[in-house]
Amino acid sequence: MAGIVGYGAHLPRHRIKVEEIAKVWGADAPSYKKGLMLREKSVPPPDMDTITLSVEASKRALARAEMVDPADIGAIYIGSESHPYAVKPSGTVVAEAIGATPHIHCADFEFACKAGSEAMYVALSHVEAKQMKYALAIAADTSQGAPSDALEFSAAAGAGAFIMGTDNLIAECLDTHSYMTDTPDFWRREHQFYPQHGGRFTGEEAYFAHTLGASKALLGKAGMKAKDFAYATFHQPNGKFPQKVAFMLGFTQEQIDPGWLAPTLGNTYSGASPIGLTATLDVAKPGDLIFMCSYGSGAGSDAFIWKVTDRINEVRDKAVHTRKLLSENVIYVDYGTYAKYRRKIRKND
Amino acid sequence: MTMFSSRNWREYQHRYRLEASKFKKSGKTYFPKRTVDPETGDTEQEIVKLPDEGKIVTYTVIRVAPSKFADMAPYALAIAELTDGTRLMAQVTDCDVEQVKIGMDVRVEFRRIQDEGHHGVLSYGYKFVPKWF
Amino acid sequence: MRDVCIVGVGMSKWGEVWRKSMRELHTDAALAAIKNAGVDHLDGLYVGCMSGGLFVGQEHLGAILSDYMGMRGLPAMRVESACASGGMAVRAAYIDVASGMSDIVMASGVEKMTDVSGDDATYALATAADQEYEVFHGATFPGLYAMMAHAHMAKYGTTREMLSMVAVKNHRNGARNPSAQYPFEITAEGVAKSVLIADPLHILDCSPITDGAAAVIVTTVDVAKKLGKPYIKITGSAVGTDTIALAQREDMTTIKAATIATQKALKAADKKIDDVNFAEVHDCFTIAEIVVAESIGKYEPGKAGQAILACDTSLEGRFPMNPSGGLKSKGHPVGATGVAQVVEVYKQLTGQAENGRQIPNNPKVGMTQNMGGSGASSVVHIMEVA
Repeated sequence: MAGIVGYGAHLPRHRIKVEEIAKVWGADAPSYKKGLMLREKSVPPPDMDTITLSVEASKRALARAEMVDPADIGAIYIGSESHPYAVKPSGTVVAEAIGATPHIHCADFEFACKAGSEAMYVALSHVEAKQMKYALAIAADTSQGAPSDALEFSAAAGAGAFIMGTDNLIAECLDTHSYMTDTPDFWRREHQFYPQHGGRFTGEEAYFAHTLGASKALLGKAGMKAKDFAYATFHQPNGKFPQKVAFMLGFTQEQIDPGWLAPTLGNTYSGASPIGLTATLDVAKPGDLIFMCSYGSGAGSDAFIWKVTDRINEVRDKAVHTRKLLSENVIYVDYGTYAKYRRKIRKND
Repeated sequence: MTMFSSRNWREYQHRYRLEASKFKKSGKTYFPKRTVDPETGDTEQEIVKLPDEGKIVTYTVIRVAPSKFADMAPYALAIAELTDGTRLMAQVTDCDVEQVKIGMDVRVEFRRIQDEGHHGVLSYGYKFVPKWF
Repeated sequence: MRDVCIVGVGMSKWGEVWRKSMRELHTDAALAAIKNAGVDHLDGLYVGCMSGGLFVGQEHLGAILSDYMGMRGLPAMRVESACASGGMAVRAAYIDVASGMSDIVMASGVEKMTDVSGDDATYALATAADQEYEVFHGATFPGLYAMMAHAHMAKYGTTREMLSMVAVKNHRNGARNPSAQYPFEITAEGVAKSVLIADPLHILDCSPITDGAAAVIVTTVDVAKKLGKPYIKITGSAVGTDTIALAQREDMTTIKAATIATQKALKAADKKIDDVNFAEVHDCFTIAEIVVAESIGKYEPGKAGQAILACDTSLEGRFPMNPSGGLKSKGHPVGATGVAQVVEVYKQLTGQAENGRQIPNNPKVGMTQNMGGSGASSVVHIMEVA
């Protein structure tokens, strides 16, 4: 069976607090903090983007994969809605940086916030089918919310990377299920800088319908219940949605806690549930089952069941833990710095 | 002046992967790669990958920056000696410039170094970040 | 090899010379030198210029500049070694005359730097550093010298005051130089309080952007004697080079290229550094003068700062450095600087330095040290009274 051979995450050190954004736009910070369970979010500095986050996360995945020769990686898939180029692959840069070129297949995936789990799904399929020894799946974003839009309080940056293979696994993938419909809850047209969304339409008929659809189908297929799992991690556009959907499925706060990063990380879009998975693997024990379900607007969910192996204890500390990146040594920025870093200020060319 | 992207592409081996020349006779490592060992004249070499940790041996804080880097100013620029003794120059990012000093432990990270405006190619490479884990 | 001497010198106006183009600046200096020497013809021209192409979009300088100085047909070529281009032009002329190929040769230098924006000038100057491994990362020239300064401070305890006093001393000398761009005195406090450019260097630690040209007539002793003008001998001329990238230097607190060039030039002149009475050195930044003073062997490593504080290098000191005001006060039109250093040595050795800038007690031996980039090339000349 196929699964994860190595995993890693990378996050910016910079953060902005919800109050700092709310102050500028006259918004009510307490309602975001309580209502959406968002306290702060990560901010990528100007020298960081989806590609650089992907490279660092991949290096950590390689460190945990130990003996994997980058030349044995047959594919690199990066799922993101913030690829730095409209035309020119992100994956080739990562391949070049980790020494995996030239005998490799690269593709950049896009499916709103689901692009990362999509990359994981395809990478797993390749190694499962024995088409290649290893495949690298990366979930990364440096997302932008329009100034003053509700999304601005959550749009954040981060990356998770997973080397998939069939031997020396850290976590075996027991089963997956995907669930999609054409639901226009959030989109960004070509050449537009910021996305548009359907407001409250992004909830019940979008996030919840698809997350529940994929999760229930997978649990049914596997004949499992929430209580069979040690942990679960969901797409986290804010702190509240993943918690609510977890409870709806019968999971507890304790089960989601390790991977529930949004309250202090924000929404890392494609990175959200994959980075949640890295944080969960950081604390998981051999034999633990982990439930994971992504969500991407437009709309769909990919759900996975992971079974942690003995090898987790050997490799966990071969790279920095995700929670450490999230909570230590952070640098808080003010709105002006954030606006400059995110190129929201109009300048002369 | 806009240069073709070939100029940067040619350097990926160094900028992306920190590849260096290690000469057989002297055992000395040079970054970037060279054809001839300047000390011995030796041309027999192997390609090695530099370590990604080191210490700052000198630095400055650029306060008046070239226009391509103006948005980053003030930024720290340093020469670090990596754990194998090789030295290279790069920006020190993710830190308050006032914290940068000689002897500071740094790690090499993959970052965006510069871009040709909104339309041109993006140039990636290495920067130093304070080593905090 | 024939003995070589300098028999006449000339300078254009230096500063932000809005009304003069590169060719006019050069012509002004060239004609002044020809007149000063009293020569009626030239056998060749070597013009030092760092970057006519980037500063004014003009290359092919040998042809255009010899034409505009009224000498169409003159064998002429441009010499380049970044900010050491001028010194290299003097060396090229020296070799031409010493070899017997030519009898009367002009060595000149020119740079027209103010026709481009500060950003473009920074770019042009930065071409003297390693484009791929320094400039690519955001390095500037003040930045490179600032890194040398931090290394020197850490290793030897060099202080802010020592850096400042280099600028103070050079401005004191430059205030008496009619050719200087900034002929005024400054204070150590003023230097330390001026705006930071690249820590620890402030704007008053840096030489300015300057338009200007300089020229000298290089010839044989026989010709000089016939002309009946004051002349001095070039008894040593040498060049040293080193890695272009600072990170690859064996020691960032010294300039090995200057050490190599000085030792070779002194050997050729059969002199020791203590036989030299004064020096014009390449103080593109205050730290550069301190490092060079040590690299040429005049002071032990780490001791030049103290010597400067003790006024050892002042006009009245034991080893005056930069009596002209140096690059700091006189200005730094990069290609012209190395030639202008020779102009000053000529004036000092022939007793012609203006406005009380003359070094007392009739100096007999002077030297120039001119360098390119962060010290990857350096050219040194030893000159003596005839």
